[in-house]
Amino acid sequence: MERDKNFILGVFDDEDVLLNAVTQVRNSGVKIQEVYSPFPVHGLDEVLGYKRSRLPIAAFLFGMLGTTLALTMQFYMMKFDWPMIIGGKDHAAFPAFIPVTFELTVLLAAFGMVGVFMVSSNLKPWGQVRIFDLRITDDKHVMAIDLATNAGIGEEKLAEVLKLSGATEVNKKSFE
Amino acid sequence: MQVTSSVREPLITGGKTLKDVTHDISRQVEGKPSMLWLLALLVSVGALALGFIALAATLWEGIGMWGLNKTIGWAWDITNFVWWVGIGHAGTLISAVLLLFRQKWRMAINRAAEAMTIFAVICAAMFPIIHMGRPWLGAYWALPLPNTFGSLWVNFNSPLLWDVFAISTYFSVSLVFWYIALIPDFATIRDRATGLRKVIYSGLAFGWDGAAKTWSRFETVSLILAGLATPLVLSVHTIVSFDFATSVIPGWHTTIFPPYFVAGAIFSGFAMVLTLMIVTRKVFKLEDYITIGHIELMNIVIIITGSIVGIAYITEFFIAWYSGVEAEQYAFVNRAFGPYWWAYWAMMTCNVISPQLFWFKKIRTSIVLTFILSLVVNIGMWFERFVIIVTSLHRDFLPSSWAMFYPTWADVGVYLFTFGLFFTLFFLFAKFFPVINMFEIKSIIKSSSTKEAK
Repeated sequence: MERDKNFILGVFDDEDVLLNAVTQVRNSGVKIQEVYSPFPVHGLDEVLGYKRSRLPIAAFLFGMLGTTLALTMQFYMMKFDWPMIIGGKDHAAFPAFIPVTFELTVLLAAFGMVGVFMVSSNLKPWGQVRIFDLRITDDKHVMAIDLATNAGIGEEKLAEVLKLSGATEVNKKSFE
Repeated sequence: MQVTSSVREPLITGGKTLKDVTHDISRQVEGKPSMLWLLALLVSVGALALGFIALAATLWEGIGMWGLNKTIGWAWDITNFVWWVGIGHAGTLISAVLLLFRQKWRMAINRAAEAMTIFAVICAAMFPIIHMGRPWLGAYWALPLPNTFGSLWVNFNSPLLWDVFAISTYFSVSLVFWYIALIPDFATIRDRATGLRKVIYSGLAFGWDGAAKTWSRFETVSLILAGLATPLVLSVHTIVSFDFATSVIPGWHTTIFPPYFVAGAIFSGFAMVLTLMIVTRKVFKLEDYITIGHIELMNIVIIITGSIVGIAYITEFFIAWYSGVEAEQYAFVNRAFGPYWWAYWAMMTCNVISPQLFWFKKIRTSIVLTFILSLVVNIGMWFERFVIIVTSLHRDFLPSSWAMFYPTWADVGVYLFTFGLFFTLFFLFAKFFPVINMFEIKSIIKSSSTKEAK
């Protein structure tokens, strides 16, 4: 059987039941493809075993880039390219450069991080998405289990594990 | 000793379920617009069109259309600029600062408050751009672009240039923060829709999948953006206040300006949020999400920031006296008892006295009185900026240059234009975007709804 094509879906009504169910299902040796929710469920990424996101690092690096660019730009323009005496101060009036440096740091950190988030989560205008169940943006949590990945366990057994863990419905979904 | 906390007041009333939340908020996006909404939009577009005449006249004829003279070079334009930027601050405070403090009551109002921020900043940015006189050349004056003069760069020592960077960063970061949070809610509407609406909202929803991995990243991004937006919002009004504080005009040249301006900005912003939300909750029947409790909490923020502003006014007077600088003393006495005494006392009444009424629980939980006082506060905050700007300028260093400022129809018209723009954008937002953050409300249904509390 081909991977990433045929899924068995456990539908959950309650986020606390879902959190327990994820642990239970994973303990019984089943590999969960992904869990889809209408809202962020706290602790879900931990029970699924996801690593902490590295997006803060991206934000920091882009922020540093912003600081560097802003300072380089201002010192180059004000001190070297066209020095002018303004208010009797030094050409390289560092305290006066702080506001623009701060703003550009924030700007690049925010845009850089959001850009990385968009790329890593494949978010783009009219982006195509596989919808397992239309209710996952309404009121249901859906646990998707790839039948091919868990071929050794068998469909009936998977359905049973899902039911036992508290799923209110067990459905099947295939993608072309 | 065991301490047990009393049950918190529920944030969502009416025993709502997850499905109810989706339904209640998506309903107004999907339904036919009501007559009331159409009427409101018509009035806003009318104001926009009328104001456009003044805007066009100003661009065609030049800044001479305004009531400015050689003594008072800044008046309504910069007053309106600071007023609009200030209003914007509440949105960021609600969505970013209250997120960092984990205040869950923000969830019902953050979406609309951020929309208000974005539209208010657009209105604010209009004024310095129009005041350039030839805005099509403005990019060379405001941005460090290579040019044929050398290149002769912009002056990075000038607070007006810092403002360019502050306002544009503030606008773009707020826009991104707002849009990121809209994506999951657009996906909800996408998944309910058919036909053309599905095509449009699929585009807006950016292919959102709702996966645990995506949510985990989403939460990280929201938290970091909130962390970035918090110092950003403080920096923006600080830099706006530098426009005045770094000059040597008596009445402007004070170190109290940054904190005083930030407090004033939050004060007027919350008043505008209240004005808008009281109308929105009524028109879209959202009383179960934006409760009296929410209104009361916002009124408490108004008491605090209003009191800070009041203390700042008194401190300015005290320091003017204590400094022994005659020009400074004259500037403040002239403010209160000179030809613009009426503006000063309008400001004092609206900003210092009226918010103190919210100490009475009856008043801060009354919708009608809150609505009236929210308008009063915004009138007061407009006068504050007018008083600071015009009364400090109108008594020039030479008595022969002393003058008065009288607004022309073009001053009034350009201000009207921004009102039209603001309300047109807000009403379009309220109809076509989910006005309440659905996914955040859903995440607190279990802990904060009346259904579960029973």
